[in-house]
Amino acid sequence: MKDAFGTPQSLLILGGTSEIALATARRLVARRTRTVWLAGRPSPALEAAAEQLRDLGADARTVAFDALDSESHEETLGKVFTEGDIDMVLLAFGVLGDQERDEDEPLSAVRVAQTNYTGAVSSGLVCANALKRQGHGSLVVLSSVAGERARRANFIYGSSKAGLDAFAQGLGDALHGSGVHVMVVRPGFVRSKMTAGMKEAPLATTPEAVAEAIEAGLRRRAETVWVPGALRLVMSALRHVPRPVFRKLPV
Amino acid sequence: MSADTVSVTGWGRTAPTTARLVRPRSYEEVADAVRACGARGGIARGLGRAYGDAAQNAGGSVLDMTSLDRIRAIDAEAGVVVCDAGVSLHRLMEVLLPLGWFVPVTPGTRYVTVGGAIGADIHGKNHHVSGSFSRHVAALDLLTADGTVHTVKRGEPLFDATAGGMGLTGVILSATVELLPVQTSLMSVDTERATDLDDLMARLTATDHRYRYSVAWIDLLARGAAMGRSVLTRGDHAPLDALPVRARRAPLTFRPGQLPAAPAFVPEGLLGKATVGLFNELWYRKAPRARRGELQKISTFFHPLDGVPHWNRIYGRSGFVQYQFVLGYGKEEALRRIVGRISQRGCPSFLAVLKRFGDGDPGWLSFPMPGWTLALDIPATMPGLGSFLDELDEEVAAADGRIYLAKDSRLRPELLGAMYPRLGQFRALREELDPRGVFTSDLSRRLSL
Ligand SMILES: NC(=O)c1ccc[n+]([C@@H]2O[C@H](COP(=O)([O-])OP(=O)(O)OC[C@H]3O[C@@H](n4cnc5c(N)ncnc54)[C@H](OP(=O)(O)O)[C@@H]3O)[C@@H](O)[C@H]2O)c1
Repeated sequence: MKDAFGTPQSLLILGGTSEIALATARRLVARRTRTVWLAGRPSPALEAAAEQLRDLGADARTVAFDALDSESHEETLGKVFTEGDIDMVLLAFGVLGDQERDEDEPLSAVRVAQTNYTGAVSSGLVCANALKRQGHGSLVVLSSVAGERARRANFIYGSSKAGLDAFAQGLGDALHGSGVHVMVVRPGFVRSKMTAGMKEAPLATTPEAVAEAIEAGLRRRAETVWVPGALRLVMSALRHVPRPVFRKLPV
Repeated sequence: MSADTVSVTGWGRTAPTTARLVRPRSYEEVADAVRACGARGGIARGLGRAYGDAAQNAGGSVLDMTSLDRIRAIDAEAGVVVCDAGVSLHRLMEVLLPLGWFVPVTPGTRYVTVGGAIGADIHGKNHHVSGSFSRHVAALDLLTADGTVHTVKRGEPLFDATAGGMGLTGVILSATVELLPVQTSLMSVDTERATDLDDLMARLTATDHRYRYSVAWIDLLARGAAMGRSVLTRGDHAPLDALPVRARRAPLTFRPGQLPAAPAFVPEGLLGKATVGLFNELWYRKAPRARRGELQKISTFFHPLDGVPHWNRIYGRSGFVQYQFVLGYGKEEALRRIVGRISQRGCPSFLAVLKRFGDGDPGWLSFPMPGWTLALDIPATMPGLGSFLDELDEEVAAADGRIYLAKDSRLRPELLGAMYPRLGQFRALREELDPRGVFTSDLSRRLSL
């Protein structure tokens, strides 16, 4: 069960090697979290991540999960819930894609969309329904500022995140009153393996900072969290910039 | 029997979860509700005054017991009442005071049910004299997981597991409660100020035995030399001859006043350090340095906050945490350290309450032990509060103290065994009595009770 501050005792991460998710897990394990499920594509990195959390005192287990294989989500994730209540699900998987290549290769663009959006729809719904049966729990969804207004430079990723974001918001409304809390997290540029080698955007932040914001958001039972917080204002300004100007912005 | 799916919290309004709320109106309907519980079980709920998650059950059933509110029998000679578990202490006072009887123990609110009072084994300002509520319960009827009703008498193991057992041994249906004779419905109260924590402890230690009721309100925002400054209010039921002549004609009338309710929506962070500090300052200055024999209403003396319905809303949407611990006599050093840390930290806490307990109570999970208990409210949004309270828990556990489960919403489960040495016994009894875990609450899940 979550405590008065929204800190979970059990955590399920979808995208078990995500740096943001693992920073969050470390933070929560230091507080109350004892059980951590890392769902992800089987790899040495996934096992190593579990081992690391065990070293911190968690009971960490891995489970094979592929966002692209929507058909299997009910079964693989359903099994996790039969082992005991899950207080928090962190939906963290995602791919950035390669905008230039993806524009030329529609099928690789589709993979970005399928991972970030379709995969989240199926796994998100499976988890939401299980949480609803429990009568409690938080579903934390890693969206992105990129979904707030799609930009020329990464609109394939951006549009998939826009879909995810809208889906998660609607799901949060649908679950209102069910005891399940949905929190949409919109980080800006985060230094992780996803962005390795890329030019940093203004207000760049770290996985640890996102983790901290998630913990604070749980405490407030927030529905939307921006990281860093200043992005809320920045994005609300950018949203109103006219198209011709926005198109030319170097962001 | 009506049933709705609703979001449920405790009085602190933290960690809401959703459950099927059923409202049984008879013992048979309670049994039906328990039978119908399903895999996620059920838990009885009274008036929802437990601060944390004791009367919540995510995804399962919550039995609202307040419709089971019949007073079955009153023995006005012997001072004994038999009543349903859903009867409130408020109701008992209304009915019994005119007959010259008072409830044996009352906490800081009249709005708790008899079932809740036993389940949490509550205490009041008279603990140093009278012990906890369950000590005055001669017997109770308990519906257990197998659907049978047991009449459980004081002194039996099942009684001691149920007193303070947080509803996890079964549903209390009714109880036989022994009352306290009173001549009037007024209290005779002595008030004095203590300049700091040591002064306070010295005063309480020296003269508490002279009073049936004793409590100190302590300003935890005061620092330095004023750390622990407090106002002691102690007293007893006023005898008839203490009343002014005119009042002696109707000495037993019970008329608690009520102010307008706190607004439903309160912005977050209204209660910062500055506002609370100012309030505490004014309150301390306003208290008389020393006053004897002041006549007060029962509601003024025991239940000042009941005058403001829904006062818990003033903490806003994120709610608040009440932290209450007890430390045995001889552990005053640890108490000083903890009070020092709280005041250093500047928790925006309204008046906290310090009290001396008497002997421990027989309930396996009963909270009181001979020593000092401190209770304070803190807004849940205070940054770093979770780890801060964890650190205080460590101090409490290291000094063989404990945290009160009826207030808890955040204790680290690993510490529970050290705090409650009879926990193993309690778990074993539950395992035997309720192997499928029919009686389950968010609290029992969180702490693996
Ligand atoms: N980094 C940023 O700047 C940033 C900013 C805003 C939002 N976000 C979002 O935050 C989330 C986490 O990002 P991160 O920075 O922690 O990046 P990361 O370390 O690269 O994590 C991405 C995760 O997604 C998983 N994944 C990718 N495709 C998958 C699939 N088909 N099935 C299952 N798992 C799959 C990866 O698992 P494998 O190990 O199997 O590849 C990896 O665990 C992502 O949703 C990202 O879009 C990131």
